[in-house]
Amino acid sequence: MAAKKTTKKKSTKSTATKDYASAEVNKQLSAEDKVELYRKLVRIRRFEQFSLKEYNGGKMGGFLHLYIGQEAVAVGAVSLMGDNDHVITAYRDHGHALAVGMGMNECMAELYGKITGCSKGKGGSMHYFAPDKNYWGGHGIVGGQTPLGTGLAYGLKYKGLKGCALTFLGDGAVNQGAFHESLNIAALFELPVVFIIENNGYSMGTSQVRSSAHPEEGLAARAEAYDMDWDVCMGENLYEVRAHVWEAMKRAHEKSKPTILEIKTYRYYGHSVADANAKKYRTKEEIEKYQRDHDPLKVWQAVLEGEGVLTSEQAAEIDSAAKEEAKAAVEFAEESPYPEISDISTDIYWELDNDTEASKQGTILFD
Amino acid sequence: MRELSYRHALREGLDEELTRDENVVIMGEEVAQYNGAYKVTEGLWEKWGCKRIVDTPISEAGFMGMGIGASMLGIRPVMELMFWSFHSVAFDQLVNNAANVRYMSGGLINCPIVVRGPANGGTGVGATHSHTPEGLFAAFPGLKVCSPATPADAKGLIKSAIRDNDPVYFMESTLLYGNVGPVPDPEDGDFVIPLGLADCKREGSDITLVAHGASVLQALEAAEKLAEEHNISAEVIDLRSIRPLDEEAILNSVRKTHRIVVVDESKPFCGVSAMITAIVQEKAFDDLDAPVLRVNTIDAPAIYSPGIEKEQLPNARRIVEKVLTIA
Repeated sequence: MAAKKTTKKKSTKSTATKDYASAEVNKQLSAEDKVELYRKLVRIRRFEQFSLKEYNGGKMGGFLHLYIGQEAVAVGAVSLMGDNDHVITAYRDHGHALAVGMGMNECMAELYGKITGCSKGKGGSMHYFAPDKNYWGGHGIVGGQTPLGTGLAYGLKYKGLKGCALTFLGDGAVNQGAFHESLNIAALFELPVVFIIENNGYSMGTSQVRSSAHPEEGLAARAEAYDMDWDVCMGENLYEVRAHVWEAMKRAHEKSKPTILEIKTYRYYGHSVADANAKKYRTKEEIEKYQRDHDPLKVWQAVLEGEGVLTSEQAAEIDSAAKEEAKAAVEFAEESPYPEISDISTDIYWELDNDTEASKQGTILFD
Repeated sequence: MRELSYRHALREGLDEELTRDENVVIMGEEVAQYNGAYKVTEGLWEKWGCKRIVDTPISEAGFMGMGIGASMLGIRPVMELMFWSFHSVAFDQLVNNAANVRYMSGGLINCPIVVRGPANGGTGVGATHSHTPEGLFAAFPGLKVCSPATPADAKGLIKSAIRDNDPVYFMESTLLYGNVGPVPDPEDGDFVIPLGLADCKREGSDITLVAHGASVLQALEAAEKLAEEHNISAEVIDLRSIRPLDEEAILNSVRKTHRIVVVDESKPFCGVSAMITAIVQEKAFDDLDAPVLRVNTIDAPAIYSPGIEKEQLPNARRIVEKVLTIA
């Protein structure tokens, strides 16, 4: 029997609750910064609740993968991004989009399939993009975005820029081949990428225990096979998320090394709204427990009230402002026009859209 | 004019583009230190080093996706598939991420990559290694596909492909790499051939043969036989580029000859030849004196047997026989 390797890249089990508030990256936050983070959490939740209502009202098509319950992961990670840090995720992408600063109007209009949407109504819920905010989507195929995130990191390294690619994926994506190929390449080429597994416990309707074989320490521990650093944390407290993400980002920035960071979180709704079995593969009590004890909005509000930087009145004001904003976004989407039929045939080829010499030869779109 | 092999011409094109644009990176399996499985990239690693010429693991989905992601930040990867047949393990990256990202982002993103490598049968490597997927990929809006037959076309087209701001899938042939032909000297100017421009490789008046890639050479050989043995003057149109497609070149030739046989190494069902047939019957119906016919690879997975493999592919004998049924 082969000797078992006993030294791990990273031991993650902490026996005591760490004082994440005093982590260097959190001590830098001003009171205003902290309140702003709260506002972001609330805006994501209200945006999605309004979108759910309209989805159920038949106002939009396709899927709607809600992020509700997981908000602190995207908000915490994105809050650490500098000019040369980039983000890419899968189809549960509304939270990351609002976190990077995309507007509710363009996001809601995209759900409606309106021309004023962030992707002109051509992408839909799963395909939000904002390259001007270093946000590269919004990708529909499970795990398919992980090589792209690896490529963003490759591009940064090639250009000699000190940045990283925050590459989000769900716990259901960890068994895709493209993800493992990405891990190997990222470690082999020493690329500044942070793979963030948002582990909400269920790959659609199949629990982690029924879908993934992994070391007892968790999904991230698979990194050992690639001689890659890894880490695990909880995703309900922004201080904790930021502290762990920042460690991985520093590794990327300073050493150009990849990390797998598994963040444990929970989604309150189904895999998508169309997931009719959302309450069959898990108990009502389980969902209620998370909503009661682990809700990222409640946790952060309690932290800030405890620190005296937020009052419950201010929190209520932020909440009603977010509701108003989401309501206005619905109105904006309702009033916006659909794309024209002629819009179907644009945004396919750069050369054609830009009417370049290279686009003038031959037929490129066929009747 | 000086003569170069097809592989040398390709290499010269790659080398010139590496010189022109510092963001051009060649990556793939064995492209660097091994000098390329088919020696297309021979000497480039020695000249350009590890940053510009990158050996990747055997991990097509991984490195293709990486190249697509890097292209979003302005890198211009030229990625070699050792065989285009290996597209299947990278298919999601090739058709979802590369082809769709511009559309799904409402035009915010473009993907300036080139994927190149050989796509041909006839080398005794069986069905897994003999795919000709030019029609398959040309069926995806967002992608461009070309397939040069001669050394000069290989050089001129690879340079255009690299400069193009959309994904270009470039299909070569292991059977052509050693072929030698005239290629303009770099000292006489930058030699590029635009995508979407077909080339009349032989003028004729009785029938049009349309082909691309290695099939062009089969068509030319058939045209020679038709002239010598049957007094039939065949025109050979080399598409060079599948998408964009030079429809006018095909239609103008048909308007002159009134007969056409499409020669295409891909399979008959839903392939390039099927598309061209549809275009010709729709746009030149009144000019036709005979039905549009096709010579494809016989509709079966690629057979291994070296004794009959060549008979499965389009060849001059099969083309001549087909032409004689309508001319």
